[in-house]
Amino acid sequence: MGDLFWILISAMVVNNFTLSLFLGLCPFMGVSSRIETALRMGMANIFVLTITSICAWFLNTFILVHAPYLRLISFIVVIASLVQIVEMIIKKASPTLFRQLGIYLPLITTNCAILGLAIFQTNRGYGLFQGLSFAIGAGLGLTLALVLMASIRETTELADVPDLAKGTALTMIIAGSLSLAFMGFAGLMSSS
Amino acid sequence: MSAPGLLVTASPHLSAKASTPTIMWNVIGSLVPIVIVSIYLFRISALLVLAASVAGALLPERIWSRVGAVRDGSALITGILLALTLPPGIPIWMAFAGAFFGVAFGKLVFGGLGQNPFNPALLGRAFLQAAFPVALTTWPLPGGNWLAFKGDTLALPLMSANAPDAVTAATPLGLMKFEHTSTSLFDLFLGFTGGTLGETSAALVLICGGYLAWRRFLEWRIPASIFATVALLSGLFFLIDPARYPNPLFMLLSGGLMLGAVFMATDMVTSPTTHKGCWIFGVGIGALVVVIRLWGGLAEGVMYAILLMNALVPFINRWTQPTLFGSRKKVDVAS
Repeated sequence: MGDLFWILISAMVVNNFTLSLFLGLCPFMGVSSRIETALRMGMANIFVLTITSICAWFLNTFILVHAPYLRLISFIVVIASLVQIVEMIIKKASPTLFRQLGIYLPLITTNCAILGLAIFQTNRGYGLFQGLSFAIGAGLGLTLALVLMASIRETTELADVPDLAKGTALTMIIAGSLSLAFMGFAGLMSSS
Repeated sequence: MSAPGLLVTASPHLSAKASTPTIMWNVIGSLVPIVIVSIYLFRISALLVLAASVAGALLPERIWSRVGAVRDGSALITGILLALTLPPGIPIWMAFAGAFFGVAFGKLVFGGLGQNPFNPALLGRAFLQAAFPVALTTWPLPGGNWLAFKGDTLALPLMSANAPDAVTAATPLGLMKFEHTSTSLFDLFLGFTGGTLGETSAALVLICGGYLAWRRFLEWRIPASIFATVALLSGLFFLIDPARYPNPLFMLLSGGLMLGAVFMATDMVTSPTTHKGCWIFGVGIGALVVVIRLWGGLAEGVMYAILLMNALVPFINRWTQPTLFGSRKKVDVAS
């Protein structure tokens, strides 16, 4: 149990996918102007990452042991198509949930954070449950980063930002500052 | 024309004399004793580092901010505070670069004073820590010859000159973390130990902060909740395993906790606006300091703890909006 907990915490804050490993920057920059949308994007991320983790484990354990050179391409194809199928099922079964997450799902299926999770998990030799807690931790970490970013960006909307820094430039500077702050977690748990 | 005594004006009916420059210059005044002691302890190096850092903070403010913004003193505070968090032997061009980065990218790009989400001095410090980790963790001993430099003080930018005979010593926190030896609490309180320019004397910081709190230029709830949280949490771990964890008084007096809690966490721009929010903010900083110090890879976590909680301030402000007078439910700002 303790092992699973540390994997989760580590993926969430110490090696935060966005702020420490710089994966998944596209949604981080693109969908972080409002807290509401950022939160939903985060939820969609947790969802897709969890599916990815299960998929990658199955592929690795049962199929790719016979053909390891197909790893990258089969990850991409299987994860993308599975998420598409899940999206269709949600659309049919629960329109409310679809409106909450639906439009974000296709956006992130081919994101580097998703593929990154599958590859990290494989390289570290995680089992099914370790992989799941890794995926949930990574998803929570992405959500945390997105929501923090969105709350700061909402306040800067009221500030008289110079024209030079408006828009993406300011977003990048905030992202860099957040990343500097998250460096404080570097090495957490590893020393003891 | 109505008589001046009967003039009716719209609210707010403020009568206090406190303005932004008044508060800022009072803060600067309360930093003067700390600056003097740091110069006394670390001699000419401290003076040069302070000068470089202040120059680095004032330059971008003068160039890019509106006319006269330098006079409100906020950039000067940033420069002094940054210098106080630096080790005395740091090359002065790094101090300059850190202050410049902090003010330009931590404050001016957001539109200047009052609009920055992160404390500019700490952002500059975090930038230096990321860029020059070795220079930022070399700690010369206090005292010595007045004219001798404490390290590569005058090194040229991006050159790796190594100082031939700088006497260095680990900080009390470093000793605790990496060698498990403790330092006398009395020494820590009065402050004649290795460390950054301003983190050495806990007593002095408390006196200067006390003055500001008495003038109400400082939100006392923030340092109070930080100290209480650090004392309680570290006390708990100390009771569990005294051999492995430092005692709570040591945690309170060592490192940058005093300076950070009193002068940096209480920055009016980057701390919450509500009283309840200030308690939450302080507890968060205290908890993060204990977590990073006890289990992190770094010996000191005050800077990162404050920066992380700075990032949460918009959120805290939103959660702790007080109920409007006369309304039953809490007004939801988000919707």
